[in-house]
Amino acid sequence: MTATFETPVETSVSLTIDGEAVEVPAGTSIHKACESAGIDTPTLCWAENLTPVNVCRVCVVEVEGQRALVPSCARPAEEGMVVETDSDRVKHSRKMVLEFLGSGVNLDQAPELEKWIEHYGSDTGRYDQYDLPALKMGEAPKIQDNLYIRDYDRCVLCYKCVEACGDDAQHTYAIAISGRGFDARISTEFDVTLPDSACVYCGNCIGVCPTGAIQFKTEYDLREADDWRPDDQDVTRTVCSYCGVGCNLELHTQDDKIVKVTSPADHSVTSGMLCIKGRFGWQYVQPLDPPTRKQ
Amino acid sequence: MADLYISEETADDIERAAVDASLGGRFVVVRESERLIRAGTSKRHGHRHLLLPALHALQNAKGWISPGGLNHVCETLQVPPAEAYGVATFYDLFRTDEPSQVGDVTHVCVDAACQIAGSAARIADLKAQGVNVHESPCLGQCERANDVTGEVAEFVQGVGGPDRVEADEQPYALFHQQGDESLRLLKRIGQVDPTSLASYREHGGYDALAAAIAMGAEAVCTAVADSGLSGRGGAAFPTGIKWRAVAAERGRPKHVVANCDESEPGTFKDRVVMENDPFAVIESLTVAGFATGAENGWIYIRGEYPLATARLQNAINQALEAGLLGDDAAGSGHRFNIEIRRGAGAYICGEETALFASLEGFRGEPRSKPPFPTTHGLFQEPTAINNPETLLNALEIVQIGADGYRSRGTERSPGTKLLCLSGRVAKPGVYEVEFGTTLGEVIELAGGITGSGELNSILMGGAAGSFVDASYLDMPITLEDARERGTTLGSGVVLAFTDEIDMVDILVRISQFFRDESCGQCVPCRVGCVRQNETMVVLQEKGSLTPDRRQLVDDIAQVMVDASICGFGHTATNAINSAIELGLVPGVPS
Ligand SMILES: Cc1cc2nc3c(=O)[nH]c(=O)nc-3n(C[C@H](O)[C@H](O)[C@H](O)COP(=O)(O)O)c2cc1C
Ligand code: SF4
Ligand code: SF4
Ligand code: SF4
Ligand code: FES
Ligand code: FES
Repeated sequence: MTATFETPVETSVSLTIDGEAVEVPAGTSIHKACESAGIDTPTLCWAENLTPVNVCRVCVVEVEGQRALVPSCARPAEEGMVVETDSDRVKHSRKMVLEFLGSGVNLDQAPELEKWIEHYGSDTGRYDQYDLPALKMGEAPKIQDNLYIRDYDRCVLCYKCVEACGDDAQHTYAIAISGRGFDARISTEFDVTLPDSACVYCGNCIGVCPTGAIQFKTEYDLREADDWRPDDQDVTRTVCSYCGVGCNLELHTQDDKIVKVTSPADHSVTSGMLCIKGRFGWQYVQPLDPPTRKQ
Repeated sequence: MADLYISEETADDIERAAVDASLGGRFVVVRESERLIRAGTSKRHGHRHLLLPALHALQNAKGWISPGGLNHVCETLQVPPAEAYGVATFYDLFRTDEPSQVGDVTHVCVDAACQIAGSAARIADLKAQGVNVHESPCLGQCERANDVTGEVAEFVQGVGGPDRVEADEQPYALFHQQGDESLRLLKRIGQVDPTSLASYREHGGYDALAAAIAMGAEAVCTAVADSGLSGRGGAAFPTGIKWRAVAAERGRPKHVVANCDESEPGTFKDRVVMENDPFAVIESLTVAGFATGAENGWIYIRGEYPLATARLQNAINQALEAGLLGDDAAGSGHRFNIEIRRGAGAYICGEETALFASLEGFRGEPRSKPPFPTTHGLFQEPTAINNPETLLNALEIVQIGADGYRSRGTERSPGTKLLCLSGRVAKPGVYEVEFGTTLGEVIELAGGITGSGELNSILMGGAAGSFVDASYLDMPITLEDARERGTTLGSGVVLAFTDEIDMVDILVRISQFFRDESCGQCVPCRVGCVRQNETMVVLQEKGSLTPDRRQLVDDIAQVMVDASICGFGHTATNAINSAIELGLVPGVPS
């Protein structure tokens, strides 16, 4: 396309959100525009450091002139848009999406979602009436090594781990969605164990999982022992000492022991992503059972 | 992209030969070690679109896709095994566990038309004979369902041999409008030899392409726009607007796609056309390519249509040989080629963006719109995708002009419409009727209602459509009347039920269909379809819905309509809700 001087590049757009005029830079998502207007929007499949997949639909808003509700996380704000974030339709959809998830997935390690479930009055129990209990994910935890576990009974199929393992960060493609419909699951090929798959144990899937479906084995063991105490934990920010890249680490410690390692999603070097050394290589500080190695 | 790490399993000679034959053996595999394959960035853009054909080859060779077979495909095409497994497990025609019974699998339809003709009995019968049976959603042969003879639709998936439909071995005898001079779209059915280009030409074939070339691409787009033609795949989008948008795109490869996935329960019109007049599909797609300036034509056809696939492939081969396709297609100075891709058992792959994903070798998950296919379609390139019936109309338009075309039908629904009549009508089959014909007249055309009972409802537009009752018999078949009266023509389904049929059984099955076919990507539809089905099963067990369950049905429908990603979720509750509103379900509080 040829650039012309007559039409200046649009650098900001004005829209109306819940009756208030809002101005944001062009390209800003409706979700971000809401945020700038002080409106809190639930999100689940969206993350700062991942490409939006807009599959969970918990962030939907009503846009005047559009027949269906639109996912605010992925739709850019447009000039003149009139957005409702608290209409009856929006409230109903958010309530039902949360209710659907709560009716089939174990969310008890997803406090953020539990908060929204309460906010929208989702009745997650109303499906288990009569003689026909509502279908659940119904998965047992997969414990295949001593670095991390996968408990797909908690999986909301937000695609985040798949994105982190694939195009958005790791480019390892060890996991993908398999199956269809309600049978869809996160899986390696033929459900082979992680040590036998392409997994390189970067732990980036753990870092993005919003529900605890993928978690450090250390965290899992403490939770199983009923000894996981976030309130008693310290977070120490440091720089990974293995190589010169400069990845920032957050060491989560409980009783002076490292229980998990994260990296800030907004950190300029990592965008929240690490490699096996930063994520799991703390044995020189504190010994761990020897990891299961790939043959 | 990283290198590929594959498991220890290797393909056997049969699998290797089948895959290599399907891919043509132009691939170099660089092996770093036994389990590590060197892969380049070509992964997503290179050969990925060959994944579906390769998986078909594996499935056909052994009756399942084994870990070793999948590894061979993955290293050849440089696809990560987890992703390829994700694709393989998406489709109903592929299995990834070793079957206990080796050999052909007979798919028997259990959807409405066959359900009321007795598919349960047929399945029991086949199983008793030791046949390997698979219960299938609508196989697109609904006109064959016959409650008197007990015949239902079947499709045999071959292992080591071709797929087949046994009924195809007889000449097609279920077309009832032969010799009707007023036919536009079906005029050659039963008259032309579907395997012969010469015969097609004798019946006026390729006159339309010649006319289109003489008019020029822009004039074709204008005529199609002026004709008022709208899409026949279900959404009724104006075809002229779509073609012009693609024609206006410059500088990138462009595509035209014939959406021959036809999987809407009750729909079989495209199959009848493809089997009996395949050259018309090829010619009309060529016209679309010429009009839009697209060089690449694709036919995505459902995997359960072996005869239509063979006939279309034969038509392409003959057209290519005659210079009607190729570098200078029909002397137009325009390059145009057509490739056929077979689906593998997934209704959702008829949704246009899911179809692109499937054809590209990914899971058939719809993509969000905008951006629209006219700018970001197949391979993210400009694409015009149409239903074959839509395309066939274009042949008429270029020959008789927009005004001539509008001489039939109504102002807002010009032309004719193909309808798929099945269920309790005397002569089920495809009928071409002028827009404006009433629903009652259409049913009379098909011989009227049969069976012992009285007409109690008609399913319009398929499982994604809605039920209407006898008060709709005076409704003119037009887009505007259907909309005004709260129903839809959808893909042209007119499926009649009589009052001796247990409608709750039908609703349970419809809800099961959506439960099975949801791609599972978005929460409202993935979970909503299951919950809807569960409420129908409870209804069947209890005989009535309590008020709170009724509320649940409404709540589920509302979120699916409002918040689902694609048309599947938007329509998956229509049939159930319309049936409840019509009072077809006993004991439901309103
Ligand atoms: C769930 C679903 C299934 C669909 N299946 C088909 C199909 O089998 N054939 C078809 O032509 N269109 C189908 N469509 C409609 C297509 O998305 C698209 O609108 C159509 O192919 C465009 O062609 P047309 O404008 O000629 O109708 C389906 C849509 C949805 C939402
Ligand atoms: S640890 Fe890393 S490589 Fe392994 S599955 Fe998670 S994201 Fe993929
Ligand atoms: S495992 Fe976690 S990150 Fe992955 S899809 Fe499930 S909930 Fe999302
Ligand atoms: S509406 Fe259903 S079929 Fe469509 S994207 Fe969502 S889950 Fe898939
Ligand atoms: S957060 Fe927007 S769709 Fe999931
Ligand atoms: S083939 Fe059985 S309903 Fe269509």
